[in-house]
Amino acid sequence: MEISQEKSVLVTADGTPLKISLARAQRRSKIVAFSMVLPLLIFILIAFLIPIADMLSLSVDNSITKEILPKSVIALQNWDETSGELPDEVVFAAMVEEIKKAKIARKHTRVGQRLNYESSGFSSLFRKAGRKVKIIKKPPYKEALIKSDKRWGQIYTWQVIKQFSTEYTDGYYLAALDFKRNPTTGKVESLPGKESIYLKLFWRTMLLSSLITFLTFIIGFPLAYMLATVSTRLSNILIIFVLLPFWTSLLVRTTSWIALLQQEGVINDFLVLVGIINNDGRLAMIHNATGTVVAMTHILLPFMILPLFSVMKTIPKSYVRAAVSLGAHPWKAFWKVYFPNTGPGIGAGSILVFIIAIGYYITPALVGGSSGTFISNRIAYHISSSLNWGLGSALGVILLGIVLALFMLYDRIVGIDNMKLG
Amino acid sequence: MSSSEAYVSFQGVQKSYDGETLVVKDLNLDTQRGEFLTMLGPSGSGKTTCLMMLAGFETVTHGEIILDGTSINNVPPHKRNIGMVFQNYALFPHMTVNENLAFPLQVRKMSKSDIEDRVKKVLDMVQLGSFGSRRPMQLSGGQQQRVAVARSLVFEPKLVLMDEPLGALDKQLREQMQYEIKHIHENLEVTVVYVTHDQSEALTMSNRIAVFDDGVIQQLAEPDLLYEAPENAFVAQFIGENNTLYGKVIGLDGDICTVEAENGDKLKALGVNIQGVGFDTMISLRPERVEVNPESGQCSSTVTGKVEELIYLGDHIRSRMNVCGHDDFIVKIPNSANHAQLSPGDTVQVGWKAEDARALDVLVS
Ligand SMILES: Nc1ncnc2c1ncn2[C@@H]1O[C@H](COP(=O)(O)OP(=O)(O)OP(=O)(O)O)[C@@H](O)[C@H]1O
Ligand SMILES: [Mg+2]
Repeated sequence: MEISQEKSVLVTADGTPLKISLARAQRRSKIVAFSMVLPLLIFILIAFLIPIADMLSLSVDNSITKEILPKSVIALQNWDETSGELPDEVVFAAMVEEIKKAKIARKHTRVGQRLNYESSGFSSLFRKAGRKVKIIKKPPYKEALIKSDKRWGQIYTWQVIKQFSTEYTDGYYLAALDFKRNPTTGKVESLPGKESIYLKLFWRTMLLSSLITFLTFIIGFPLAYMLATVSTRLSNILIIFVLLPFWTSLLVRTTSWIALLQQEGVINDFLVLVGIINNDGRLAMIHNATGTVVAMTHILLPFMILPLFSVMKTIPKSYVRAAVSLGAHPWKAFWKVYFPNTGPGIGAGSILVFIIAIGYYITPALVGGSSGTFISNRIAYHISSSLNWGLGSALGVILLGIVLALFMLYDRIVGIDNMKLG
Repeated sequence: MSSSEAYVSFQGVQKSYDGETLVVKDLNLDTQRGEFLTMLGPSGSGKTTCLMMLAGFETVTHGEIILDGTSINNVPPHKRNIGMVFQNYALFPHMTVNENLAFPLQVRKMSKSDIEDRVKKVLDMVQLGSFGSRRPMQLSGGQQQRVAVARSLVFEPKLVLMDEPLGALDKQLREQMQYEIKHIHENLEVTVVYVTHDQSEALTMSNRIAVFDDGVIQQLAEPDLLYEAPENAFVAQFIGENNTLYGKVIGLDGDICTVEAENGDKLKALGVNIQGVGFDTMISLRPERVEVNPESGQCSSTVTGKVEELIYLGDHIRSRMNVCGHDDFIVKIPNSANHAQLSPGDTVQVGWKAEDARALDVLVS
């Protein structure tokens, strides 16, 4: 028993346990290694992880109501919104006081804006209240406030304020998926078809991205095959042509498609010239889904070709030769032996193109018109124009979720280790 | 051996890849049915090229290849019905061993049960009965090699080509596989054209060996003849260990010629490939055919040699000597009961029979 005890802990010559002295010996090199990756780590933290975390928190953040109307929100807790009666004087008094305060800090419109996402009209209600509250000097505040705008006398108004005064909200996500919380009942309802835009947009983004992925595959596969089979010298030259687009500005590439595809553009002119279409029947190929698909297929093509090429180059010529020597027609040999071995390249290329496409912004914005824009264009709109950052963030998080889900699905079916990115 | 009875016949075949140099120059080679023919030669001598032309993967620049009486120059490779084992095995990695073996049968549209039977039979033949459901990656090199051989045989071709199939295996496994392939060849009575640059492999396996160099067959002969009676200097030096002595032919008496070595020694040799009296020649002499301190009358040539180095190898002793001014003359002394006791620096007499010394052409370069 004692012997086996002693044997179980290996020691070095000076008696320290082997594990400890090994850890000691490796500590230095570990520190060095860590300090070398530290700048990158910090960079990733600042440029990648923090923004994502920020986006996540923005998409559920609802502190604005509580921050600007703290007393009113607390006072509203005692009010039974289903009673059919208005809140009592205490609530009104707090509201008047807080709108006055917010007016000075120029913040009263922000509450209005936030609540306006849930129910239109609140923006103007709070803006107006900001102007009117300064004449309300003494109680009863209830009558005075209702006098300034009769909407303060509606139960619905107070239901909305109470409903959406929680610290966190799922409102942005509901909106991003074309749902809405009914302020009166608190139930989630789907928006009528006419108003639902985001689901349609998500769906279109996925569909067009799939189409683009498929097209890059159809065009890229023969090209990659050629690159992999010609002599190294020639393939090196041809690779430059594949990479050339990377050295041209994205904007230039996209706008040159406008020159080609527009109604008075090169292609339409040519078709009219040879008489395939007449002058009145010029095709609309840009500022719609067609434009987006054509331009993005072109732009994303290298992302399909390069992984395919790098996989194809590792497939020995002898595979197909062996299949042929075994009696298979060259086509059959290609299909049964060569093609299956390009699987990792197809997987990598497809997932790369699809993921890039799904979040693409600039090209759909330039050539997509109204039927060819993507969800990312909508996100950009909310971030830079409507300033509804919460909704923009929620849309972004959903997009991120879709990408991760697809990635996991891919891992399940194909296996991530089977992917070769070059 | 007329070409009408040959099974595979290269007739005046030439091959050039770039239109500037001939990789194969005027190849004429006949293989009998059921023969094990090996193409042996240094790297770049055109062996693979010949095999690829036979399999149909390279076009013949000039000349004709006849298979079983008909020209196959214009037959596409998948219709030639020739089995082939590639150097890197070329097993399909996305298929199991069974699927690999079934592939040639499936393209021949055989029935499922027939395919199963044949696959099982051939797997048993290469002693891999229980490995059918594995992927090639899960097999050792030797096992992969066996699968490759099995796959080249499963559709029962009459002709099988093997391009250095054992090149990637270690020595011991290689020797075992040599034996197994030889065995399969004898049992199935297929014709095998085999490529290697390992001469011991060629010597042990083949019925006949074609020694290639520079796109030309230097000699085509049975293994023993090739070793014992090389027809030119390249073959003599390429096959086995060989002593070379340079000199000038000064006399000719029937088959036996007299050669004056560079240091003036007069040597007798068998004139195999000489141009005549007065021309340079190279004498090839196997180290085991040299006698040390021969009894008088036993040898037709005797010269003095100085022992430079001795290496003890168990069954024999290698002695490097200075003979006729060259200090790389090797003598193998069998470790018999009363072998000559030498030590470095000794001066001894070495001799040989005239028939064992072959006067050949002089290699340029
Ligand atoms: N596809 C090709 N294009 C151009 N030249 C080639 C090609 N294949 C082979 N060669 C040239 O032809 C010559 C003979 O090549 P081959 O492959 O037949 O030699 P090998 O005898 O099989 O040599 P190794 O023992 O190294 O396999 C070499 O000089 C080689 O460079
Ligand atoms: Mg070769």
